[in-house]
Amino acid sequence: MTAISDTSKEWELAPPLSTRLKGMFGSTYRAAKRDLVLAAAITVLLVGLFLAIFAPTLARTDYERTDPVNRILAPNSHNWFGTDNWGRDVFDRTIVGTRLSFLVGFSVTLISTVIGVGVALVISYFRVLDAVMMRFVDGLLAFPTILLALALISLIGPSVGNVILALSVTATAGKIRLVRGAVLSLRESTYVEAARAIGVPVPRILMLHVLPNIVGIIIVQATFTLASAILAEASLSFLGAGVPEYVPSWGNIIATGQGYIQVGFHISFFPGLFLTGTVLAVVLIGDSVRDHLDPRLRGRLRTTAAQQ
Amino acid sequence: MPPNGTDQPILWRYIAQRVLVSIPVIIMVGMITFTLVYVGPGDPAAIIAGDEATPEILEKIREDLGFNRPFPVQMGDWFWKLLQGDLGTSYFSRREITELITPRLQPTLSLGFQVVVLSTFIGITTGMLAAWKAGSPLDRNLMILAVLGFATPGFWLAFLTIWVFAVNLGWFPVIGYSPIQNGLFAHLHSLFLPVMVNSILASAFISRITRSAMLEVLREDYIRTARAKGASEFSVFLRHAFRPSAIPVATVIGASIAGLATGFVLTETIFAIPGLGRMLVDAIVRRDYPIIQALLMVVATVLIVVNLIVDILYAYIDPRIRY
Repeated sequence: MTAISDTSKEWELAPPLSTRLKGMFGSTYRAAKRDLVLAAAITVLLVGLFLAIFAPTLARTDYERTDPVNRILAPNSHNWFGTDNWGRDVFDRTIVGTRLSFLVGFSVTLISTVIGVGVALVISYFRVLDAVMMRFVDGLLAFPTILLALALISLIGPSVGNVILALSVTATAGKIRLVRGAVLSLRESTYVEAARAIGVPVPRILMLHVLPNIVGIIIVQATFTLASAILAEASLSFLGAGVPEYVPSWGNIIATGQGYIQVGFHISFFPGLFLTGTVLAVVLIGDSVRDHLDPRLRGRLRTTAAQQ
Repeated sequence: MPPNGTDQPILWRYIAQRVLVSIPVIIMVGMITFTLVYVGPGDPAAIIAGDEATPEILEKIREDLGFNRPFPVQMGDWFWKLLQGDLGTSYFSRREITELITPRLQPTLSLGFQVVVLSTFIGITTGMLAAWKAGSPLDRNLMILAVLGFATPGFWLAFLTIWVFAVNLGWFPVIGYSPIQNGLFAHLHSLFLPVMVNSILASAFISRITRSAMLEVLREDYIRTARAKGASEFSVFLRHAFRPSAIPVATVIGASIAGLATGFVLTETIFAIPGLGRMLVDAIVRRDYPIIQALLMVVATVLIVVNLIVDILYAYIDPRIRY
């Protein structure tokens, strides 16, 4: 929390958001040309997005059809990533798994950002509501994300929607705490005080004066949520408590391979590579976005994010 | 350096205040845990009675176990029992949960202790090295490793290390746990891979924080003064710069313990270590709700207490925080 509130006061001195955002998107190409790591990260994410959208069409086999004769084949010219214990093509299952990871990742990010920011803005102006809500948020954040998600899913049942729901709960709580902190410190700033003094209504202050100044921190936090939601979904599915077994997920493909580690190393290896690559790409892009939006934070870590 | 006499009451007041702030959080954790399971699907009486229960038997079970009392009464009762150290009874084995947890403590605590010590050591050492040689290839490589460690899923890294060190090299058993009673060496040997995997991942974060905290402190005027008066670079690093850097580092170590709780659920499953994490996964598979409830409560409370201790520790390190 400290890293955030220390700098939040400085944001009012930063250039207007529109300039910063234009600068960010406009110079992404130039930045990527200078920065090979960022270029690689963006490429990985774009390939991932492409696979997430087109994987079912790209899959050359029926990824659910079992073919016991060809079980646990090592990678070869036809089965690039080999086959699993049921003879299903690991390459096809892995690229179809991309869709699930991106769906869960982006849904959790979107849901938690919209609800989290909305709730934080509203409660920061109502003292009693704020006190009650923050105790609830503190309570939720006291649980490790995966543990709470595991418990929730065991109660509501494993399905893609329920995984998204369970992961959104803690992600939203984290967003509320972060945004509320930023809003509270902005509220003390001179221009918000000035707006209040000339009688600007509270909703207008929130939308026009407060929100634009916290967009940067929200975007950076969103990349972190995306990375951790993708990891969390894979972890839950790996434990067999995420999406149902018939939905190919990087997590449950890795879990399958775990049982065949002596003979079928490839089953777990490739989906794990995809998972690590995707998370790494998102983290690197997040770091770079943060440097762009607020050069003062360069080299610093998202300590608040880590505590969630 | 112990606080001097005049600081003592302020430190105590600070501790009392932190403890008081933690209590509502623990109560909220309890309310969330209890409500989750209460509103969740599944009639506990039906789970206990099994498939062939008649409505009369179900009614009797509800009566006996108090499932037909109003919600606030049941929650109050649950809290009251918690205070007396009664975590409830497992649906599945019908045994006291405290009794089931006891044998599970050793593997998890041993794993946790080793990982915290090792990851702190690796993280602080590499972070200080990187700060010392800031901008050098060594620094860049260490930080690339740190970012990789942040993005690598623990369960996949565990899979890779099992494949390399257990399946191919045969240095360690593929899975299996040897309790301390069977000899310390066998115990450490059986936990070596899980300790390494978790420590490497946890140290990545500590390393990045140590580096940035050190770099920030090294820009301070008093560091320039220390250098100007001729203090050796070694002394500047360890005596002048490290102590102020310790605060963000302590926060991260506290926070990473929450990450470990998640890591252990996965690690204990992969390495077949009979600890609390494995117990939780088993309980979830069997839908043994009282165990899930108890473990959530225990883990969250432990984490709150750990963070409380971290808070108090850095009030001790840095007197400014007490005011």
